Amino acid sequence: MYRSAMSYCLGIESTADDFSVGILSFDGEILTNVTSTYISESGGIHPREAAQHHAKIVGTVLTEAFAKANIKPKDINIVAFSQGPGMGPCLRTGATAARALASYLDVPLVGVNHLAAHIEIGKLTTGAKDPVTLFVSGGNTIVSAFDAGRYRIFGETLDIAIGNCIDVFGREAGLRPKEGMPVAAIVEELASHGRVLISLPYTVKGMDLSFSGLLTAATDLLHEGKCSLEDLCYSLQEGVFSMLTEVTERALAHTEKKEVLLTGGVAANKRLQSMLRTIAAEHRARFCVVSKRFAMDNGAMIAWTGILACQHGLKLPIEKSFVRLKWRLDDVNVPWMER
Amino acid sequence: MLVKKGAEASLFLEKWHGRKVMMKRRLPKKYRLPQLDERIRSYRTVHEPQLMHQSKETGVPTPTILMIDVKEANIVMEFIEGEQVKQILHALTTEERRKLCNHIGVLIGNLHNHGIIHGDLTTSNMILTSHGKIVFVDFGLGEFSTELEARGVDLHLMKRAFQSTHFEHAKECFEAVLEGYVKVVGEKLTEDVLEKIREIEGRGRYISREER
Repeated sequence: MYRSAMSYCLGIESTADDFSVGILSFDGEILTNVTSTYISESGGIHPREAAQHHAKIVGTVLTEAFAKANIKPKDINIVAFSQGPGMGPCLRTGATAARALASYLDVPLVGVNHLAAHIEIGKLTTGAKDPVTLFVSGGNTIVSAFDAGRYRIFGETLDIAIGNCIDVFGREAGLRPKEGMPVAAIVEELASHGRVLISLPYTVKGMDLSFSGLLTAATDLLHEGKCSLEDLCYSLQEGVFSMLTEVTERALAHTEKKEVLLTGGVAANKRLQSMLRTIAAEHRARFCVVSKRFAMDNGAMIAWTGILACQHGLKLPIEKSFVRLKWRLDDVNVPWMER
Repeated sequence: MLVKKGAEASLFLEKWHGRKVMMKRRLPKKYRLPQLDERIRSYRTVHEPQLMHQSKETGVPTPTILMIDVKEANIVMEFIEGEQVKQILHALTTEERRKLCNHIGVLIGNLHNHGIIHGDLTTSNMILTSHGKIVFVDFGLGEFSTELEARGVDLHLMKRAFQSTHFEHAKECFEAVLEGYVKVVGEKLTEDVLEKIREIEGRGRYISREER
């Protein structure tokens, strides 16, 4: 069945290693989400190589998205793209595709903040309305909640992101991603066999966190060879997740919100989920975890946030559609939150 | 009587040997492994009173410690009558606000001069007494350090606290804090700390509007 007669938004996500296209109807139905991920042999992300990957597969991903959504390009009413924060070359590739598509279809272009988009798709898919959000991924570690017109940041990392911390440790230990199993998932698996808790730095400063000292200490212990890898993974996870949970609980106590939303690539970790579930219950808040598909970087979240933004007039003239590498979440206008 | 259930500790207003006291209890956290939980709770229980005591010696008022129970992770301390700076800041005139923040800056400068890092500088952790004294509370996340990094993070947290809870006055408040800070710490060190804050802000994906 060919569908149209509805309004649709196409969203392009390209902040880091994923190039993803999502198509949503204005009433929030997710028609499709197609992602192609750049994988480097040595692990990690090289921004330029990732951008080249994105440029190469733009056409394929777009074609597949239209086919799966079963609509035609002319049915699209808005084109949204991740404008930042992220890696420059990757962002520019997505932005170029979005500009071309918007001008060809002659529809409004909307620049979306990647972080706000993660929160919005989390709310859409879990039914959360006004949560304290813990967003944990390879590039971000943020505790946020809506207050006075903005998604305020109640805590974040002072140095490296949590996903990066786990990933670098895993790579130092010689772990390599397997099919369908990123390094962090292998660390989680190893941690489940750990028995001995090794003392590692626990660094919470106010509501902010620091992971670099802990990473160095864990890596040093690893190279000394006196501790088992399982015990180190176990201790690393227990430490960093306790820190994240402590900071999230403080934001929850401070804001007195009634929902906790966990999202981002690291959200898939079962141990982190169980810790957050515990504090949510203690504060009588509902715990929502975003499904893996929409917790990872995805185009659907960009499309959905693009719809919300466009309906509030936040369109972007092409000549002003520069990417914003360090666009902070608390600088984003979210007029759709005011009711 | 429970006064405040924080994430890190709970505060109880109690009678203790005929005195009105604040009891700070670090209750076990179920989400953490018991070993890790005990380590963190006992460390903070020992550490916090040390910091509070040393702060007094630098001229920064803090509640007097009356008793410590490391095993139970309890601290009994003097109850400070007054109002949180958080509650009164917005109601002040611009001039009063500047003066108050200036004074806060002097106090932070004193701490830093003596190698003390508060660790959680927010306006809810500062109590204005009826005598006009500002008492710093909650050193639970503090540390002894003379490193630029630690000082930078400490002041950066103060700035963040203004931005998140007093966003209308954030800029003027933080500038007033710095004016006070520079008076006790000196131009050179203040400049170094500010440079550090800029570095931290760049690192943690912070970028202020002015610099964009």
